[in-house]
Amino acid sequence: MTAPRLKDPRARSGRLRPGAEQWSWRFMRITGPLLLVLILTHLFINLLTGDGVSQIDFAFVAGKWASPLWQVWDLVMLVLAMLHGGNGMRLLVNDYATGRRMRTTLHSLLGFSVIGIIVLGALVIFTFDPCPAGADASLLPSFCEGVA
Amino acid sequence: MTATAESPTAGEVATMRVELQVLRMNPEGTHERKAGESYWDFFVVEAHPTDRVLDALHKIKWEHDGSLAFRRSCAHGVCGSDAMRINARNRLACKTLLKDLNPARPIKIEPIKGLPVEKDLIVDMEPFFASYREIMPFLMTSGAAPARERLQSPEERARYDDTTKCIMCAACTTACPVFWTDGQYFGPQAIVGAHRFIFDSRDEGQWDRLEVLNDKAGVWKCRTAFNCTEACPRGIEVTKAISEVKKALTTGEI
Repeated sequence: MTAPRLKDPRARSGRLRPGAEQWSWRFMRITGPLLLVLILTHLFINLLTGDGVSQIDFAFVAGKWASPLWQVWDLVMLVLAMLHGGNGMRLLVNDYATGRRMRTTLHSLLGFSVIGIIVLGALVIFTFDPCPAGADASLLPSFCEGVA
Repeated sequence: MTATAESPTAGEVATMRVELQVLRMNPEGTHERKAGESYWDFFVVEAHPTDRVLDALHKIKWEHDGSLAFRRSCAHGVCGSDAMRINARNRLACKTLLKDLNPARPIKIEPIKGLPVEKDLIVDMEPFFASYREIMPFLMTSGAAPARERLQSPEERARYDDTTKCIMCAACTTACPVFWTDGQYFGPQAIVGAHRFIFDSRDEGQWDRLEVLNDKAGVWKCRTAFNCTEACPRGIEVTKAISEVKKALTTGEI
């Protein structure tokens, strides 16, 4: 039996470029805690302050989205959650989908749904009409009185 | 048992009946099994509670069924030949006492997972060793070799002390859920092997090794499941070592 051949030491480059997988890892590490803060604050404001869960209706959501702070907050939460979750799913696909075609199919489905949901969600956040014409005034936020 | 001059009954430990359930596979088949078919085989042996699983396996091989195949060399937890899945956990058969397992239920023994089984409890270790060779497990230096030994302070030695304990039994790598599903992954052991040289002040090949581990199937495949740390019969903090390699890669400092 011959001894297994060891690899020769490579020529040293002396530096290291971060690869895609390293950036993916960093991204997960940074967005993880960020999402924790964003989501817990979101849940706290919506469910534990004011009237709690019973306060959530059309007027409540419309009132929140009238402020640029919550527009940006929700957009950041949407984008980060989709990218963080999508990247996690991508890693799972890499682990379990062994066939090349299966992997490509699942990756593209994942990519389309992530982008699709981000685009739709962003559209809703920024084109949302808090005072639709002809709606029951009792269901609308209070600032609609002067508009309608 | 050490021989003593006293009466043989003094301090004798009572024996017990131990039931073992072994996952077997014969690549050539037997008269009742197809070639390559894996099946559970049951054995009952008489053993002391202080006996090891390896002793029970020896008893089976020597007294019940000589066709049972398993690896063992030193039988004292140093060579790393007899790693196997005992009651769904990777352990060394020579370091696991029967009394530490639940004797009320049969002891389940399987080959380590994720490597191709050759026969019974023997797996093909070549993919495992190939990953180890990938990370260049040898001292890399530049310039002329010094006339005396390469000096190192106790602090510098302490940095990689934990990872020098590795006996390459493959218990960690075959406990890793990522390794089970993705054969491309280096596995915890290769990263431990790399850690031992990366953090050695005498070695100059750190960045070559880090470059290898920065690969797609390198350290970034680790999901910190901690299975490896739990499986290591030498008590190496494997997940910590992997995280130190990750840190060296993200900060660029060793």
